Amino acid sequence: MTANGVFQLALAVGLILAGVRPLGWYMARVYTRPVGRGERAVYRLLLVNPAAEMTWQKYAAAVLAFGFVSVLAVYGVQRLQAVLPLNPEGQAAVSPDSSFNTAVSFATNTNWQGYGGESTMSYLTQMLALTVQNFLSAAAGMAVLVALIRGFARRNADTIGNFWVDLVRSTVYVLLPLSVLLAVVLAGQGVPQTVSAYHEVPLVEPLTDADGQPVTTQKIAVGPVASQVAIKQLGTNGGGFFNVNSAHPLENPTPLSNLLQLVAILLIPAALCWTFGELAGDRRQGWAVLAAMVVIFLPLLAVTVWAEHQPNPALATLGVDQTAGNMEGKETRFGVPNSALWAVATTAASNGAVNSMHDSYTPPGGLVPLWLMQLGEVVFGGVGSGLYGMLVFALVAVFLAGLMVGRTPEYLGKKIGAFEIKMASLAVLLPCAMALIGTAVGVSVEGGKKGPLNAGPHGFSEILYAYSSCANNNGSAFAGLSANTPFYNGTLGLVMLVGRFGVMLPVIAIAGSLARKKHTPPGPGTLPTHTPLFVFLLVSVVVVVGALSFIPALALGPIVEHLMMRS
Amino acid sequence: MWNYLRTAAVVLGGMTVLTGVVYPLAVTLLAQAVFPGPANGSLVVRDGKTAGSDLIGQPFSKPEYFWGRLSATSPVPYNAAASSGSNFGPRHPDLAKNAKDRTDALKAADPSIDAVPVDLVTTSGSGLDPQISPAAAEVQVRRVAAARKLTEEQVRELVRAHTDDRQFGVLGESRVNVLALNLALDAVTP
Repeated sequence: MTANGVFQLALAVGLILAGVRPLGWYMARVYTRPVGRGERAVYRLLLVNPAAEMTWQKYAAAVLAFGFVSVLAVYGVQRLQAVLPLNPEGQAAVSPDSSFNTAVSFATNTNWQGYGGESTMSYLTQMLALTVQNFLSAAAGMAVLVALIRGFARRNADTIGNFWVDLVRSTVYVLLPLSVLLAVVLAGQGVPQTVSAYHEVPLVEPLTDADGQPVTTQKIAVGPVASQVAIKQLGTNGGGFFNVNSAHPLENPTPLSNLLQLVAILLIPAALCWTFGELAGDRRQGWAVLAAMVVIFLPLLAVTVWAEHQPNPALATLGVDQTAGNMEGKETRFGVPNSALWAVATTAASNGAVNSMHDSYTPPGGLVPLWLMQLGEVVFGGVGSGLYGMLVFALVAVFLAGLMVGRTPEYLGKKIGAFEIKMASLAVLLPCAMALIGTAVGVSVEGGKKGPLNAGPHGFSEILYAYSSCANNNGSAFAGLSANTPFYNGTLGLVMLVGRFGVMLPVIAIAGSLARKKHTPPGPGTLPTHTPLFVFLLVSVVVVVGALSFIPALALGPIVEHLMMRS
Repeated sequence: MWNYLRTAAVVLGGMTVLTGVVYPLAVTLLAQAVFPGPANGSLVVRDGKTAGSDLIGQPFSKPEYFWGRLSATSPVPYNAAASSGSNFGPRHPDLAKNAKDRTDALKAADPSIDAVPVDLVTTSGSGLDPQISPAAAEVQVRRVAAARKLTEEQVRELVRAHTDDRQFGVLGESRVNVLALNLALDAVTP
């Protein structure tokens, strides 16, 4: 690792942290400002009464209804794309199982991709179905977070806000302006933005294919890429326009485009911590949660950067100069430091976009992204969903502290009771269970066992990665797995649904229950939750739950693979 | 529940118009006006004809051309309509086999080669990587010069001309655009 590599990593992390305060402040304004005249007109058009406050049950019903309608719409567009306009390459209708999987995937902010974008989706599908969900699934996550924060901030209240207002505001005031800005800059770096057909260019050195037929031209896929890539990063979606996502030179052409996309992945999840502190009435609380995220992030980043610089013993015997590190599946313009940083960032956030192929990472280098997803996507995590996940862990942390001293736990002036802890346990355990049960089924039945490309423990890792990714709504893959089959499309689709709504609904219930409680002023026995001690406690809870749940599974995959490589 | 579904459908419809139609088309108009070259795939035009994209690599295997990264796209390498990585884990047998084949081919064409830079024996993430490291270009200079009856210094000069330093001096890695370099070589010695 060179000094330049360290500098590039520090620059990226520094840029993200520099954005926390201004963007966090702006978002706090977005969610608290009164409804203006223009905004009111929009709501009238959408048949929404912005003044109608919702109980947690109504808020949950709205979230579910919106998710249901979204899945239907994305499914429908894919099935009908062959007869719809803006399809210059004549892409056929997507199969029913793949359409189901992709519809769930984009509506749950997972953006797992069983298909190859440029060989499957029409421009219309990319724009009207996928780009739209990139915005709205992200906005739904932010809405639920804001509802949870209201639960903490309100006293003796029955309601936690209006989902439609939170959804529209997140989209129009936060995601949309940032996306326009980023999309135009990306287009300037070389990300295509066009609705014209693919280009056909001559090959300088023609070749023959497997059937002995001459191949003299190269077809270059383009499309409305920049607009989709911008929101795929800002909304922690991660679903690429092209099959190989941000490793594609037209999706991520330069080191600058790489840096901007990387910052875009973590910017909103990090800044929302500040918004949380502001809206909860104590900014130190937001910094404490952000600190816990950074404390988990940095050491794991170091592990992957180190691991990817290690030589592969299989190449060492061939006389290959491996000083550049493990370049299999990585792009020349990024090299190892920027690829490793991205892999850690995209799995810390529930983004899932890749700029290198995680399947080809060294075993420790691949273990880190896998485990970061299994931690529940709370280290930054998805926009909104990451922070509400982390706040659920904070409830568990104060509960554990309360057990130690025999006191009723409190967080942000609210007493935490049995109902909150039951809901928090559900939200923590359901994704863990889905990842492990899914993997167990995948390695047991014929349809699952056919999937992996690599043999032995690495093949197991591919299946474990897929279910961990979907259960935690990340969407990145050990892409050697042949996942576009009815078995994987179906089971992974179900896992994504439980992983999304199995966390969202308990969180909304917690929000409703907390809003109803009165404010309890801190007493001498109250555990302060803005101190380094609490940060340490929170980090411990996240790490211990993640370790206890997944070390046995990880031992069968990357850990045993690492030992086999070194022996 | 019916009320919720109706509102959900209306909100989705309205937001679809905004984020699925207005947004991508506005960005398209803006990008096409401000960055027409990059927004259309960074196509390279030579002698009035499109000769490829600056950002998309092409397959090369003749000794007189510089070779790029290995590509795992199917059915042919560098298929820019279906990008793909190899997804080989570090212990996959084909990872070592492909590296050995490439090393052997390089050494067969130039026995003086000692160590081969890793990016020249590994598959790129996209299968379309347009670039190689300066070290990977240097190791091929002798072969290309001999095949084209140029001096090594002449070839090296062209390599330098097609090397991009780190962006702004710090970002990413130094790299050589293989297609642009080979087109330049063809312009010197057709």
